[in-house]
Amino acid sequence: MPAKNMIQAINDGLDVLLDTHDDVLVFGEDAGYFGGVFGCSQGLQKKHGLDRVFDTPINEGAIVAAAIGMATNGMRPIAEIQFADYIFPAFDQIVSELSRIRYRSAGQFTTPLTIRTPWGGGIRGGQTHSMSPEAFFTHIPGIKVVVPSNPYDAKGLLIAAAECDDPVIIFEPKRLYNGPFDGDPNKPALSWAKHPKGEVPDGRYTVPLGEAEVVREGSEITIVTYGTLVHVALNTAEQEGVDAEIIDLKTLAPYDIDTIAASVNKTGRCVVTHEAPRTSGFGAELIAQIQEECFYALEAPIARVTGWDTPYPHAHEWSYFPGPERTARAIKRVLEA
Amino acid sequence: MADARNSIHVPAPKFRPGDTPDFSHLKLPRAGETPKPDVDADPAKIRDLAYGLVRVLDHNNQAVGDWNPELEAKVLRQGLRHMVLTRIYDDRMLKLQRQGKMSFYMKSLGEEAISVAGVMALDAADMLFPSYRQQGGLIARGKDLVEMMCHCISNSKDNLLGRQLPVHYTSAAHNWFTISGNLGTQFPQAVGWAMAESKKGGSRVASSWIGEGTSAEGDFHSACTFATVYRAPTILNVVNNQWAISTSQVIAGGEATTFAARAIGYGIAGLRVDGNDFLAVHAATQWAAARARGGHGPTLIELYSYRAEAHSTSDDPSRYRPKDEYKAWPLGDPIARLKDHLILLGEWTEDRHAALEKEMTEHVVKSYKEAESHGTLHDGPLSPVHTMFEDVYAEQTWNLRRQRQDLGV
Repeated sequence: MPAKNMIQAINDGLDVLLDTHDDVLVFGEDAGYFGGVFGCSQGLQKKHGLDRVFDTPINEGAIVAAAIGMATNGMRPIAEIQFADYIFPAFDQIVSELSRIRYRSAGQFTTPLTIRTPWGGGIRGGQTHSMSPEAFFTHIPGIKVVVPSNPYDAKGLLIAAAECDDPVIIFEPKRLYNGPFDGDPNKPALSWAKHPKGEVPDGRYTVPLGEAEVVREGSEITIVTYGTLVHVALNTAEQEGVDAEIIDLKTLAPYDIDTIAASVNKTGRCVVTHEAPRTSGFGAELIAQIQEECFYALEAPIARVTGWDTPYPHAHEWSYFPGPERTARAIKRVLEA
Repeated sequence: MADARNSIHVPAPKFRPGDTPDFSHLKLPRAGETPKPDVDADPAKIRDLAYGLVRVLDHNNQAVGDWNPELEAKVLRQGLRHMVLTRIYDDRMLKLQRQGKMSFYMKSLGEEAISVAGVMALDAADMLFPSYRQQGGLIARGKDLVEMMCHCISNSKDNLLGRQLPVHYTSAAHNWFTISGNLGTQFPQAVGWAMAESKKGGSRVASSWIGEGTSAEGDFHSACTFATVYRAPTILNVVNNQWAISTSQVIAGGEATTFAARAIGYGIAGLRVDGNDFLAVHAATQWAAARARGGHGPTLIELYSYRAEAHSTSDDPSRYRPKDEYKAWPLGDPIARLKDHLILLGEWTEDRHAALEKEMTEHVVKSYKEAESHGTLHDGPLSPVHTMFEDVYAEQTWNLRRQRQDLGV
């Protein structure tokens, strides 16, 4: 199987979708001729034509609104929002429209469309190119929210999202685009070529929405996470010699409570990690649900490792980023409690 | 007067409660005065139309000028019938709301030509993205009155399962999009729909309506920008009925220019149309539809009118504008104007009109009796409660399943 980085895997996924579905359209700011600022749609306009892969004006609200209109006229649009930080001009169209078209029309109209957007920090992007705004979107009934953590899943989840009859937002961890990242910015960059999940099969395959994956089996503690921090958690467990069970959520809405609960009921200890700020972050939902499901199996309070309740800083990025050191401290605290 | 350099200029409507409204200051072009260009006209060459006023019926209700659509009498009678039914339907629904039969209602008094002619001038396959005051268009599309009422009283036959406020109709079978309560969101959606139609090589057009107040929303700019960039086969209607709840059109930017003139900056065709003139609305819509279908791009139409009733049943216009201001409105009543035109043609009589009103009243009363037999919001039966948890996603997710079970339904 060919090794691909996450950008190449997403590009391949879009290519497969454009090949196999006449109703798929790909568009966004700089997404057409140029192929996207990260290159995810590079070469696709040339291959599939100007009116299937095209550039849009700088207007995220219009991008999503137009995608809604297209979806109600038989298309399966895949819209790119250039950075997750830029999604907010489209918030009304997502919250008030996209999420509810099926519901408010009692199924007469549906909006099978996908929004892809680069997400998260770790690339010195400062406050406007580093956000993890997933919790705003997991709070909206009617939207599915996906965060891949590797090239294999990125392609499989993209195809599953595009073929799904519900609207899906895919937050793509941009720090992982070119290689896995274990949380230490001083180490040389890693490559997907040497990672098993960098093996991306050609052609169509899907990774199911709504299913988490146990990416490391363990017995001492469960770490529930998604996106970039999956790799940080794996690295921390190795470094600290902790027999942790690590769950990559992949889909945040609807999240896979069965996989989480089975693991926490087994280990009795749990740490939840995410890059987004702590207060009202997605971790709050996970922890509330875990304590409802697993309270009598818990040996210690559940801990959270998150970004701080500040905007994402530029110069102090590595003091903000919930890396291996903070993750290790939380694991230790929970193990010793 | 406040010094313009030392205070915020806050425009105000000419008349407030207690004033005697007088609209003689409005410089409205005469019927027949505004020329009719070819449907493939370059927008840069027809900018004057955005400041003119497409009018066909003159002060004697004779059809004059290039814009006369020269419709057959039976089409005019059909239009009159839809408008009369819309007005009687609105009256009846308002009374029922006052009796507590439904939670909310919005009338379209004085704006019936906009909704009816704006839909009749299109093909049945054309897609409509309406706002909440276009009920006449749904009636013109032939929607069953009983079904409309069942939705409004949220009963067991409400096709939306009680999920929407009254008057937020949805009818895919009539190519009528699901109405949103959030203003203007449908405008750029209509453009997206039309872009997909271009992609498919189809010949259908999308038409959407917002109010002049909503033209201040970003979605207006979104729609116009995407419509012009992708030359989407769309008709973008701005109903200038002078009032956005209590706020005059001057607060939406109407003091400085016309709403049709917004089109000029986008390089799209802009028409200002007498919204109380059935023939003018029909002709302008037909022109815009032909333009869209021919691949010549979108049209922005300002429909100049007056909201004769309250915004909704939650509104009290006597607190912000003169009572009966609409009676002073210089463009008259769209139903009376079309009726008089038909009489002038020898195609209608006062007696036939009275008979039509009676027939429509009976139709509305009978329809309501049937609708009420399926329940009301107040007394039930409603849609089954478990349907509240359906259609959030294509398939019910685990959390929704658990929540439904928790509620015991």
